[in-house]
Amino acid sequence: MRKFSFGKYALAIYSLLAIIYLLIPIAYTFAFSFNDSVKSNISWRGFTLDKWTGVCNQQGVCEAFANSVLIGVISTLIATALGTMIAIALVRYRFRFRSAVSLLLFLPMATPEVVLGAGLASQFLSMGTQKGFITIIIAHVMFCLSFVVVTVKARVASLDPALEEAGRDLYGSPAQVFWKITFPLLLPGIISAALLAFALSFDDFIITNFNAGPETTFPKFVYTAAARGIPAEANVIGSAVFILAIAIVMTVQIRTSIKQKRLSK
Amino acid sequence: MAFAAFGQNAGPSTVAPTKSGRVAWILLLPGLMYLGLFFLTPLFSLIITSLQVPDASGEIGRYQYGFAIENYWLVIESYWPHIIRSFAYALAATVLALLISYPLAYFIGVKARRRPLLQGLMLTLVIAPFFISFLLRTIAWKQIFSNESWIVNSLQSSGLLASDQYLVGTPFMVIFGLTYAFIPFMTLPIYSTLERLDIRYLEAGADLYAGPATTFRKITLPLSMPGIISGTLLTFIPIAGDYVNASRDFLGSTETAMIGNVVETNYLQINDYPAASALSVLLMLAILLLVTFYVKRSGTDDLL
Repeated sequence: MRKFSFGKYALAIYSLLAIIYLLIPIAYTFAFSFNDSVKSNISWRGFTLDKWTGVCNQQGVCEAFANSVLIGVISTLIATALGTMIAIALVRYRFRFRSAVSLLLFLPMATPEVVLGAGLASQFLSMGTQKGFITIIIAHVMFCLSFVVVTVKARVASLDPALEEAGRDLYGSPAQVFWKITFPLLLPGIISAALLAFALSFDDFIITNFNAGPETTFPKFVYTAAARGIPAEANVIGSAVFILAIAIVMTVQIRTSIKQKRLSK
Repeated sequence: MAFAAFGQNAGPSTVAPTKSGRVAWILLLPGLMYLGLFFLTPLFSLIITSLQVPDASGEIGRYQYGFAIENYWLVIESYWPHIIRSFAYALAATVLALLISYPLAYFIGVKARRRPLLQGLMLTLVIAPFFISFLLRTIAWKQIFSNESWIVNSLQSSGLLASDQYLVGTPFMVIFGLTYAFIPFMTLPIYSTLERLDIRYLEAGADLYAGPATTFRKITLPLSMPGIISGTLLTFIPIAGDYVNASRDFLGSTETAMIGNVVETNYLQINDYPAASALSVLLMLAILLLVTFYVKRSGTDDLL
């Protein structure tokens, strides 16, 4: 017989409270996107949909958001391409100086962002480079690269080399083997790496702030606005991005669980 | 998570011996050259900038090459409270995040294992904060605990806070915000080690008359150590360099300024590049030393 265990429920309650704690600021941001605020969005002044329908009326919000999306897409494409190549080489090939390469890939993740930001800014300063759109992309690709390598590497390691051997045995050229076998099998890993890179780029503030010059991104807009009160339109953008991202994650999860069910049948 | 992934060197079994090193370098070179140009070279630029001296013209924000090692003594002398504060806040927030994350990760990874739907939902909720801007979340806390909020008002009327005392701007608030912001970075790596924990080990412990506490101390905790190590590193390092939470426009005040705030002010506002760079180099060195020592002590040499 099982005795009633308080510990089991205590753990469940503790976990529930921890999750609620994690969600409080999200709920707050969402709620205050409906606030009928005038300038600063601090106290509740009544419900309105105006901020959602007229989000671009607030000066600078939509421009900053569009800029962040564009920077995110370009950085993600470059970082994912470079990182995937490295991940394949790390798992599938023998080469010298492997531990030095691993160290070089590990270090950017172990470096505080303010050091990465100030370092790159120093380099742009000494080269006389004007800071702006391009320098932000350079910075974002740099800090996303290692995270792409880690994510794709896990997928390459789980890939059975026999599948590619079979392709070669059937006289597939190296290019055919790669594009018809390796790449489609790696695709889920590459997609999750790209999503991670985009999320990192889109939300980055610390490194961006050092290398943006006059260029604005959405986080930079929020930071600058924080001194005089963030407009509710920023909450609208944050909430809309959140809903979209959650929808994507949920869809992926449901699809994989359906696939697993089919496989287990 | 990320650290652990690098630790697992791909076993020799997956490496096809026929593959030549030349192809490997074709794949590696573009990315490595990128990191060389935009990660390694900037670190050297940072060291060079940290040794610069004011320009002969005397113009503000203009510096020339030099070897002013005294820049380092000057920043230590001026900013030692910020340096100590950064590491103290980072330590406190990391410990708090571990205390909150471990039970949560245990519940998701072990207790919810038989219910994939619940497990998936909880994992999604743990990473949910990543999908909304870090700055907006921090501002939300600032407003929840603002001077006019019911929380502060009721703390004041119950006597827990004096009538002229507030929460925003205190070390408590900054540590609170830092803990909050980095909980997912702690929970995920611990979850990924606990998720692989074989329940039969725990049953074996119970069969050998070990109580739940002993089983936890002797089996669960040691087996989840890699997750705890990656989690604490992924939390401690970014916190030590953070300057958003401690900023006076967010949860802090001038009394809570951390190294990151000093670097930001010196670099972007006062344009004292040598001082900002010297502080960044010191922060980087301190973190590298701590990480090396910590990794050695915890006995996971295969991390790199």
